[in-house]
Amino acid sequence: MRREAPKSFADYTPLLFPGLMLVVFFVVPFSTMIAVSFFKRNPAGFYTPDFVIDNYARFLTTFFAGVLGFSLMLAVLVAVCCVSIAFPFTYLLTKRSRRAQTLWLVGLLSVLSLSEVIIGFAWSTLFSQTAGITNLFVALGLMDKPVALLPTFGAVLAGMIYQALPYTILVLYPALVRLDPTLLEAARTLGASPVKAFFNVVTPALRNTIVATLIMVFVFALGSYLLPQILGRPRHWTLSVLITDQAIYQSNMPFAAAMAVFLVLISLALVGLTLLVGRRENAL
Amino acid sequence: MTATFLRRLYFTIVALFLAAPLIVVAGVSVNARQELTFPPKGFSLAWYGQIFADPEWRLALIHSVTLAVCSAAIAVAIALPLAWFLWRRIAPWANIFQVLGLAPFILPPVITALGFLTFWATVGLFGQFFTAIISHAIFFVTLPLVTLSLGFASIDRSLVEAAATMGADDRTVLKTVVLPLILPYLVSGYAFAFVLSLNEYIVAYMTIGFTTETLPIKIFNALRYGYTPTMASVSVFFVAVAALVFGAIAKFGDIRRLLGAMSSEGN
Repeated sequence: MRREAPKSFADYTPLLFPGLMLVVFFVVPFSTMIAVSFFKRNPAGFYTPDFVIDNYARFLTTFFAGVLGFSLMLAVLVAVCCVSIAFPFTYLLTKRSRRAQTLWLVGLLSVLSLSEVIIGFAWSTLFSQTAGITNLFVALGLMDKPVALLPTFGAVLAGMIYQALPYTILVLYPALVRLDPTLLEAARTLGASPVKAFFNVVTPALRNTIVATLIMVFVFALGSYLLPQILGRPRHWTLSVLITDQAIYQSNMPFAAAMAVFLVLISLALVGLTLLVGRRENAL
Repeated sequence: MTATFLRRLYFTIVALFLAAPLIVVAGVSVNARQELTFPPKGFSLAWYGQIFADPEWRLALIHSVTLAVCSAAIAVAIALPLAWFLWRRIAPWANIFQVLGLAPFILPPVITALGFLTFWATVGLFGQFFTAIISHAIFFVTLPLVTLSLGFASIDRSLVEAAATMGADDRTVLKTVVLPLILPYLVSGYAFAFVLSLNEYIVAYMTIGFTTETLPIKIFNALRYGYTPTMASVSVFFVAVAALVFGAIAKFGDIRRLLGAMSSEGN
């Protein structure tokens, strides 16, 4: 059956339910949030309708600039670490047997689907004094007595890399698994060692994929809302944590909404950039 | 020789990194007494029994499972007609709905969660359980939408053409040819949405967090008031559920294809 353009109104009926649901429960809430970002805070309830830009003006404080700067820095660090670990790993994974690949993919999906609450709890246990990894170091004679490794910046970073690594591998997997094998064979025939072929042939060939993945992992890391709170100190809070805090605990929904709109704009700009990079790759 | 060794070492390190926190959590979950120690002192599976025996944890479990079962079903109900329409018809503007279906998953989750919070608060339904079901269905509609789009793309159009030539109308083709072919993709889409909904925290928290506890919300609240080993056993339980579901998808379907291997259609 060929694809055809819809002829009658009846042909559109399959779109009715999905369209209605997505518009009413995604477009409308999203627009509500944008509207609320211009409203005034009402300490007694949620907000009072108004049109003020105070919520956006608060971005100009040094406190907000600090949080924003830290969030971006942390997300860049997570993205760079994850891609540097995941790229060679995913490449090697695609060279293994189907069975091994399937097993790894099941494991990676299981970790990826884990709740941020569980990841936070697991890492806080691993870094704790009584049950943590330092007990192992003590047993091996590397340390005198067990210590707590949190709350620290390192703990936040470790937790966020843990959360984003499976995502990074799964984003890289399709590109690497479809990589033309003749490319590598040619390099090997011409005398390049596997390591050399990887760095001089595979990596440059997938330059755009790497850039796109970096951006995607960056956006993913920007979204982490609990790990900085569980594993770090208040000065390690990111924009996502601050939004949750303002919306729930300070009940300042307009300010939370304004920050969310700001976060959307950053993310959209970056996703747009990813698409642009991807398009250039396809054009090549 | 050394290359093989280095490769093995690299895989082992990554595997250890991914497994270490889970091993420690599994270890503390079998402590005999209510303490956070590793290696565990004594051995007891009582904390696993607590998930079902303790009224609060059991209630949270029931909430989580209800939420996941219902929201994944609605997500599939939204994704199936949409994916079918996009496959069957040439209507470029309808792609906007595809973008809408993908957006909640690409944007940072806090944004979608806050959108739902402001929306449900504005319409005055804030805190009702069904609002979380709808919110999760929209939040996770991306997953069945992606698997179903892959499924439709994999259908050999000549099969459908043959059925149509022999006189089958749209409805018959859908029922006898298309649905059986995409069933594996439908099931995996449902399974993905189910597992992620079970684990989801922020959207559930911002919609019903003040009135109802799901398991992730319960773990987070428990985390703030101190430690109970039940948190550890619930975490292990969640990892096991995820591994079982994805393992089943891998056994009965092609998980490599679902994740982008060998697909000529996916961009």
